[in-house]
Amino acid sequence: MENVTKRFGKVVANNAINLELREGEILSLLGENGSGKTTLMNMLSGIYFPDEGQIYIHGKPVTIASPKDAFNYGIGMIHQHFKLVDVFTATENIVLGLEGKLDLAEAGKKVKEICDKYGFDIDPNQKIYDMSVSQKQTVEIVKVLFRGADILILDEPTAVLTPQETDKLFQIMRNMKADGKSLIIITHKLHEVLDVSDRVAVLRKGEYIGDVATKDADQQSLTDMMVGHSVSLNIDRPDPVNVTPRLVLDGLTVFDELGVKRLDNVSFTINAGEVLGVAGVAGSGQRELLESIAGLYPIASGSVTYYDPADGKTKNLVGMDPMDIRKSGIAMSFVPEDRLGMGLVGSMGMTGNMMLRSWRKGHGVFLNRKDPEDLAQRIWQELEVVTPSTSFPVRRMSGGNVQKVLVGREIAQAPAVLMTAYAVRGLDINTSYTIYNLLTEQKMKGIAVMYVGEDLDVLLELCDRIVVLCGGQVSGVVDARTADKRQIGALMTRMEGGKTDE
Amino acid sequence: MNKKQSLFHIAKRDTLPWYKSFAIRGCAILLALVVCAVVTMLLTGENPVNIFATIFKGAFGSARKSWVTFQNLAVLLGISLAVTPAFKMRFWNIGAEGQVLIGCLATTACMICLADKLPNAVLILVSLAAALAAGALWGFLPAFFKAKWNTNETLFTLMMNYIATQLAAFFIIVWEVPKGAGKIGIINQGTEAGWLPVVGGQKYLLVILVVAVLTVFMYIYLNYSKHGYEIAVVGESQRTASYAGIKVERVIVRTMVLSGAVCGLMGLLLTAGTDHTLTTTIVGGRGFTAVMVSWMAKFNPIIMIFTSLLLVVLGRGASEISSTFGLNQSFSDILTGIILFFIIGSEFFITYQVSLRKSGKKEA
Repeated sequence: MENVTKRFGKVVANNAINLELREGEILSLLGENGSGKTTLMNMLSGIYFPDEGQIYIHGKPVTIASPKDAFNYGIGMIHQHFKLVDVFTATENIVLGLEGKLDLAEAGKKVKEICDKYGFDIDPNQKIYDMSVSQKQTVEIVKVLFRGADILILDEPTAVLTPQETDKLFQIMRNMKADGKSLIIITHKLHEVLDVSDRVAVLRKGEYIGDVATKDADQQSLTDMMVGHSVSLNIDRPDPVNVTPRLVLDGLTVFDELGVKRLDNVSFTINAGEVLGVAGVAGSGQRELLESIAGLYPIASGSVTYYDPADGKTKNLVGMDPMDIRKSGIAMSFVPEDRLGMGLVGSMGMTGNMMLRSWRKGHGVFLNRKDPEDLAQRIWQELEVVTPSTSFPVRRMSGGNVQKVLVGREIAQAPAVLMTAYAVRGLDINTSYTIYNLLTEQKMKGIAVMYVGEDLDVLLELCDRIVVLCGGQVSGVVDARTADKRQIGALMTRMEGGKTDE
Repeated sequence: MNKKQSLFHIAKRDTLPWYKSFAIRGCAILLALVVCAVVTMLLTGENPVNIFATIFKGAFGSARKSWVTFQNLAVLLGISLAVTPAFKMRFWNIGAEGQVLIGCLATTACMICLADKLPNAVLILVSLAAALAAGALWGFLPAFFKAKWNTNETLFTLMMNYIATQLAAFFIIVWEVPKGAGKIGIINQGTEAGWLPVVGGQKYLLVILVVAVLTVFMYIYLNYSKHGYEIAVVGESQRTASYAGIKVERVIVRTMVLSGAVCGLMGLLLTAGTDHTLTTTIVGGRGFTAVMVSWMAKFNPIIMIFTSLLLVVLGRGASEISSTFGLNQSFSDILTGIILFFIIGSEFFITYQVSLRKSGKKEA
């Protein structure tokens, strides 16, 4: 790729990028969220069309105007979100959209061949809805190989995998490399970069910073390249003091609209003055857990008991909606996973969004705009939110800024319980550490902090205890100071493993 | 290098300063007029300037015509204001037609059945209450079903229109004067019982004043009240609303009751204020036009004054054209269509910028 530029409106997502992928290598494309990694790869796979610049494949200039063109040039992309038909089998999904005669038996045989060759572990006749996330991802990879791709792009493939599954994926990637395929892996997890790739290319704010051979790099040097200056990668974790139970969950069970059990007999204690991590493969019941506590999800059975810090009295939160909870004097803050769909109003500015928490305050029928405006101004400055004004629609801010607005507002509520779901998703490294420190600060104020996270390294460094969910059940509660990643990874996928705490 | 690439490049704009977006809208109207002129010349051979002059004359040609225009404006604006809270809540209320009509019917019922039983002032108050209640009921039903069982409000409100029309048709036969005429005629023509008072010597002034007050009220309600905030949040995302502790069902029902009640009020103004009769077509499609007025103004009551004015003037001018030039009424519909096309189309250019791709040089 030579001088490739892509703009979205005034935003330059990629500015004159030069990138080279050699045959038979694994290249890591590293960069913070919003640095233009995915945009760049989308241009290779024909989803976007570059504004300027030229792409060469095997030395020849090519025009990639559609995903089909990309396939013809042997480029296949595995997206973060799978594009599979649930009711079809693996083979059916793989041949879907191919031209020519449909011969499923023949295709099934070829799929089997590919699987054997690279060590994939899927059954070509299994339906997609029966598969785990990791298997679905495998189907996606086989799909592009089936179509003869020799350049594979994997967009954050490990985000949904457990450490064990990640290892398996990396082994397969190495097999493919040995077969002469070229691979690009997009990621922002540094240890994975160091683990699997031969070379690392770093993007920062749409600019190409440079590339280094992986063997010459380490975590610190890569981070510095990504961020542009030296950052410290340590999370300060003071020991919790005055730990008392704040919320006790007992036998919590919920069903979704379709009657599927989402939480199954979940019991644990959330203590004031500590950060409780919640780990689990995506969709293991994290969202349902937080929403049930916040009064947004109907609870089928079980109890949520709140211990009032002022007088030690207990209240059962089951059956209350968010307004009832607030009215009964419980200050609970919640940073939901779905920021614009639940935590914020996209079309409103910062001020309007601050009002989500305060609109009821004040007497009379009119809104109080002054206090939310002040709060918006304060968050704007303290968290360095990039926005032209406090009335600029938050939908049009970048993901990281949206998150700052949300987290800023929730912490400003001076809660007794602070629940966060993926609080740093989409944030750059600096801001992530700002958030970690804010959470630790809250903990030291005696607040019960719940942190649902996906990065196990962070969970282990930030939290005091970690609850591991697997398929809606608690598969273990571990002490974050002594547990290791393997142990949590094992708990994430099966219902056994040691209970080192409680 | 093959030449498979689109000719245009479309990119989303940042927010435009207000004068630029107004300039774009102005250009759109200007262009629309030019296209209208060309179409007019090609199809009819008439001088377009004459046509435009006639449209203007039709709307403002005499004092009487101006008053009628303003009355029409007031009614359309009033109904548009009524549907606005519902649409801001993303509740697809296309039942304003029926909500107004049921208000007319309730007013008529009071005027016919209670005329000789109550003093006039009380009669008017009873009519008002009845019209508000009837409209509110027509708004409440679809909202209640939506909130409780998530029924489709578009179909529901549409069906409620037919119910209102059939009810009106039924009672017109019950109350027809004279028997067998199939229509009611002017109600209480001799006594003027239940007629709204004439303000300032002008028959239409009262409607205009009421709608003016309504406009201000709606502007404040939507922008500065807690209810208005709840409506905006529910419209954006119901999940966000329940997250913030807003009782979504209650807001939906409350807003639709308000919306329906204002429609009922417009029904009262139509029947007791200006028309003094009831027909099944008394609303005349304005319940639907109001949806367009509201959306074109992006739910801003002040802008709605201008959008409804535009539609009313075009409509009034249209009938003038058909009589002056002997053209079919449809011709003015064509002109209205062209103008609306350009105005709505201009929104695209306000949100996006389109540039030609530079060709020739190296491009991948």
